[in-house]
Amino acid sequence: MMTTVKDSFLDEIIEKYSCADRDSLIPILQEVQEKRGYLSQEAITKIGGLLNLPASKIYGVATFYNQFRFKALGKYHIQICRGTACHVKGSAQILLTLEQELGISAGETSSDGLFSLEVVACIGACGLAPVISVNGEYYANLTPEKTRKVLEDYRTRG
Amino acid sequence: MTKIFKCCDKCWHSEARPCPDLVDCILSGPLCHDDKECRDKISERNRSTARNTIRTSVLFIGTGTCGLAAGADKTYTAVKKYLENRKIDAEIVETGCIGFCAAEPVMDVQVPGKKRISFSKVTEEKVDGILDGVFSGSLSTDGILGQHDGDGLEAWMDVPGIYDHPFFAPQKRWVLPNCGIIDPSQISEYIVRGGYRAFASALKTKTPSEVCDILEESGLRGRGGGGFPTGKKLRFALNEKSEQKYMVCNADEGDPGAFMDRAVIEGDPHRLIEGLAIAAYAVGATKAYIYIRAEYPLAIKRLEEALEQARELGLLGHNILDSGFSLKIIIKKGAGAFVCGEETALIHSIEGKRGMPKPRPPYPSSSGIFEKPTVIDNVETLANIPGIIVNGPSWFNAVGTETSKGTKVFALSGKIERTGLAEVAMGTKLEDIIYEIGGGIPNGKAFKAVQIGGPSGGCIPKQHIGIDIDYESLKTVGAMMGSGGLVVMDEETCMVDVAKFFMDFIQRESCGKCIPCREGTLQMLDILKRITSGRRGETETAALQRFYGIVQLGKLAMVIKDTSLCGLGQTAPNPVLSTLRWFKDEYEEHIYNRKCPAKVCQDLKVFSINVDACKGCTLCAKKCPVDAIQGSLKNPHYIIEDKCVGCGTCLNVCRFDAVVVA
Repeated sequence: MMTTVKDSFLDEIIEKYSCADRDSLIPILQEVQEKRGYLSQEAITKIGGLLNLPASKIYGVATFYNQFRFKALGKYHIQICRGTACHVKGSAQILLTLEQELGISAGETSSDGLFSLEVVACIGACGLAPVISVNGEYYANLTPEKTRKVLEDYRTRG
Repeated sequence: MTKIFKCCDKCWHSEARPCPDLVDCILSGPLCHDDKECRDKISERNRSTARNTIRTSVLFIGTGTCGLAAGADKTYTAVKKYLENRKIDAEIVETGCIGFCAAEPVMDVQVPGKKRISFSKVTEEKVDGILDGVFSGSLSTDGILGQHDGDGLEAWMDVPGIYDHPFFAPQKRWVLPNCGIIDPSQISEYIVRGGYRAFASALKTKTPSEVCDILEESGLRGRGGGGFPTGKKLRFALNEKSEQKYMVCNADEGDPGAFMDRAVIEGDPHRLIEGLAIAAYAVGATKAYIYIRAEYPLAIKRLEEALEQARELGLLGHNILDSGFSLKIIIKKGAGAFVCGEETALIHSIEGKRGMPKPRPPYPSSSGIFEKPTVIDNVETLANIPGIIVNGPSWFNAVGTETSKGTKVFALSGKIERTGLAEVAMGTKLEDIIYEIGGGIPNGKAFKAVQIGGPSGGCIPKQHIGIDIDYESLKTVGAMMGSGGLVVMDEETCMVDVAKFFMDFIQRESCGKCIPCREGTLQMLDILKRITSGRRGETETAALQRFYGIVQLGKLAMVIKDTSLCGLGQTAPNPVLSTLRWFKDEYEEHIYNRKCPAKVCQDLKVFSINVDACKGCTLCAKKCPVDAIQGSLKNPHYIIEDKCVGCGTCLNVCRFDAVVVA
């Protein structure tokens, strides 16, 4: 059943960008990822067909940019800011806490599929460092204790 | 405001027949006919848009990214609930951030007849108390930032003006005046504060070449880091002959520690759009791109709304204000590559390719997007343009230093009391920014350095903190303006660790095209890692490499600087070079004595137990992952240094503060 949903969505995008040129490649990849959470092999092949580009070229572009992922994310996607201000205010400790608590490294998804962890360069909330965002919701001025509490809240939500 | 602004049927303005005086007409119309009723209607509407007169109370909540991170959404819900429970008829306006991050969430309240008043740190539980005070007229002084100006409005007793607050008083807000003040989702609020007048007057009264003249005369230089004269860059593209030219706004604010562009777009998106439109007119570009980071979802949303409204009013699109000039602005979302801040890489990214730089010349002004003339300017640069056109170049260049004119927005963060955005005149002393605006270092710690300019910049030590900031002076101390991020560091920050942090960042972000940057930064990072790790069980070869590495570090840095293809590589060694220059003793302490004076580098920490404080609870010995702690119940414990891996578990678990780190 999942595949039919995927197909129709991809077809919609293909339809929408039917007269698109190469410069639409990144927006198309972004749109697919926004809806699906990641770029599947199937999606890459289809987009290649649309833009008349070999899949290798598309992978070349997609793997170049940090934004694109090729695996599904957890239900709660944690982004930890590792910008300068966050670093000075101890984000390395926060990252360590997250990794220990979740039992995964940055870039991975927990085995129960609940959490995924991503390191990002700078969220732009430097005045409130250190900062993480969970599914787009920000948590500021974190300490290891506060971080554990945030995770606990999400765990109880399930 | 309606789709096409019209006061009555006598106004002939339509989509097909645009009026060249639209902006003036909105401000002080009607201009094409004389009708007292229309005039009254327009002036009444403008007074209410500018909130000079209000019928019901207005509550302003700063819901920019900083505000949201501090809990502004919860504040918003609490305010809404307060008003509903007490059946108070009031308007809630979501503004961008005023730039005072440490005070977030910020809430302003304006009740009819009185001046608008600002409160800091309004978390949800404080909402009821503050609003009770405002509506009953008896304020508690706790958390008041100050009151705003307002013609003919009654002032609150004993409340200082917000611009007398030490954070705001030394600032000169030319780029940020509307941020946190206006509703960014309403174009009318920008227009009643003089917005789009510059664009309208440029279209009506100035040729593209005259616009370039004004900008050249003003002395405006690129605020994204390079500092190239903006007027000159626009003129290069203007002089190119081509059927298609492009104007690009670089909003790919990738420097960690910089967030002024985000604040401008979230809080005052039309200022950027107006600046971009004027620049596009100056080069004759009919298509413009805003290349913005995907990490800024709120800023993208604000821009989309703003572009739509500008199009509806006829300030973008075909034959703008009957001038014959047409402009289409397209938002391009970046996909998370730091190198795309480099202009040739940015162009490749817009074209749908990997964001890799290419050698210059040809410069983008002659061959950019799809090999057409292209000018790329940063958000803050463009946001300066409307002011210069309206007030003239001599207004702008009266402020600043010999070579750097106008103001610059700095993003203050790190170990500083008042974090946030500080817009000051060029030539302001660094010291004043940190101590007067920023309020100094918190918790009584000592200032160590300030890092400026992101990964391409450098660290400025205490002895140079009196420097007057401009493009040139910063270079003399081994730093650069960059985009204006100022990360303050105190005695608890390790400078070698900071250098390692930047090298790690640059190494990951290097696009891999040229070898000096790709391989060189990796080698530099390796050397720094060796310096900061491996105290325990280090082999003799590794120790030798550590000494050898430091000999090579400076040389390697110079090779990378001289031979890299683009700005990212050429400036990549700066954080290392500047820390080596000013904090050599810290490096030596790491290398020769294997100690981190700031006690940051995990591997170099030496843990011991203070026998007088230790109660012999055995907790640390139980928790130690490598059995490096010995001792019996109720007797002081000891750490065996050779076994200790420096994980810090004992320090975290000890309830008697008996574990000491040296």
